[in-house]
Amino acid sequence: MLADVAPDPTSSAAAGHPLAPLPYRVRAVATETADTTTLTIEPRSTRSVPAPAPGQFVMLYAFGVGESPIGVSAHRADGTLVHTVRNVGKVTSALARLTPGDTVGVRGPYGRGWPLQEARGQDLVIVAGGLGLPPLRPVLYEVFENRDRYGRVEVIYGARTPKDLIYYEELQSWRRRSDLRIQVTVDAAGRDWYGDVGVVTTRLPDVRFDGSRTSAFICGPEIMMRLTAQAVVARGVRPEATWVSMERNMKCAVALCGHCQFGPTFVCRDGPVLSYRALEPFLAVKEV
Amino acid sequence: MSSRTTEDFREAVRRHPFLEGLDPAFLDAMVRLGVERRFRVDEHLAREGAPANVLYILLDGKVALEVGAADHPALTVQTVGAGEVLGWSWLVAPYRWRFDARAVKPVHAVEIEGGALRRLLSEHPDWGYQFLLRFLPVLAERLENTRIQLLDIHAR
Ligand SMILES: Cc1cc2nc3c(=O)[nH]c(=O)nc-3n(C[C@H](O)[C@H](O)[C@H](O)COP(=O)(O)OP(=O)(O)OC[C@H]3O[C@@H](n4cnc5c(N)ncnc54)[C@H](O)[C@@H]3O)c2cc1C
Repeated sequence: MLADVAPDPTSSAAAGHPLAPLPYRVRAVATETADTTTLTIEPRSTRSVPAPAPGQFVMLYAFGVGESPIGVSAHRADGTLVHTVRNVGKVTSALARLTPGDTVGVRGPYGRGWPLQEARGQDLVIVAGGLGLPPLRPVLYEVFENRDRYGRVEVIYGARTPKDLIYYEELQSWRRRSDLRIQVTVDAAGRDWYGDVGVVTTRLPDVRFDGSRTSAFICGPEIMMRLTAQAVVARGVRPEATWVSMERNMKCAVALCGHCQFGPTFVCRDGPVLSYRALEPFLAVKEV
Repeated sequence: MSSRTTEDFREAVRRHPFLEGLDPAFLDAMVRLGVERRFRVDEHLAREGAPANVLYILLDGKVALEVGAADHPALTVQTVGAGEVLGWSWLVAPYRWRFDARAVKPVHAVEIEGGALRRLLSEHPDWGYQFLLRFLPVLAERLENTRIQLLDIHAR
């Protein structure tokens, strides 16, 4: 990946380099599922990256291996960042092998996140598929902190099987809240699952919102986002108020290399959160 | 409909999304055929391969549709609940359930005997047509959801 661009942050040459990652210490590692890990990291020095907005991402640098764009699933004022990583290849498997005390490089935050300012006063429909939940979790934290800013809040979270559900304990606590409604569904389950079974779109008819004043935030695999966006638009949500987060593979994260281009759009600079209005012509295309 | 059935129950049936707006005479005939049923968690509403002679109109609760085989643990492929209907095998030969249906939340439902309903629909072809127009979208939606499941939308 970017090992040839990003200098090692432990070397003095890194200081001042615009693409130089800052060193962070791994504080905690939690196993979410067979292939997914949540890392809690904190700045090693007094320098930390600026606070990310919900939906923004950072570049996480696994030393000697390379770096990957990874969403921020929580952050704290002391600079702590939380990331949930699925082990799919070279960099992510190196990130998944990290243990407490290890060092990881961080640069960013980058991109445009969820348009929470525009969503104020509106109903929110939040739909997450699989690893689409981590970049949406900061939206839920914002809702909990400033509940009066939003109307009804409806959340649908889907995973392939019950074993693939992440943040399991937190999900239980969200389900007990009265200030939002969360529906959890899986594509298939054994007999020990007493929850809903069916793809995320099967839960939508149950969701109540006023389409003309609703913002929909959708994150998950591309097919899931396309089908969900179509379904919420069919229920009256405006395409320009329907937002998806595109996790197209990228390299530089600063709109130089063109790796993440999607039609005329650079995911890293214009996204990752983009409106369905802008993306609709491209989402149905298999390869852009 | 049995005497213990209250007017409230009849009203709940009339307002069920699947039936709402049907020709009132047809709706009354359906309500007369209906029997109120309740199922506890883990109780079966249907067993794969068994004779299918009822349509369930679900008023409350949740039902898991399961497929399985002797050498394979049961797999839930879909859940259905309030506002939905369950069962189409009573409509077409050989009238056998194609899956297990097990309550995963306490179920409150209307059970309509399939033979009686088939007779009603064939005696009143206009009602039969109305009914099929309601029923086909349910089948089409289940087919589409199965296709989406096959796409494995969680694959990266
Ligand atoms: C804005 C943004 C936010 C992201 N947030 C997260 C996150 O929070 N957690 C997380 O686990 N991942 C996230 N990703 C995806 C992550 O960046 C990639 O999985 C990672 O870069 C793969 O690198 P690798 O070296 O591990 O895999 P490689 O060895 O480079 O590739 C392994 C396999 O994964 C595929 N792949 C690589 N990148 C992607 C991608 N972006 N999407 C789908 N398939 C890919 C490759 O085609 C290949 O088949 C995000 C991506 C973007 C663009």
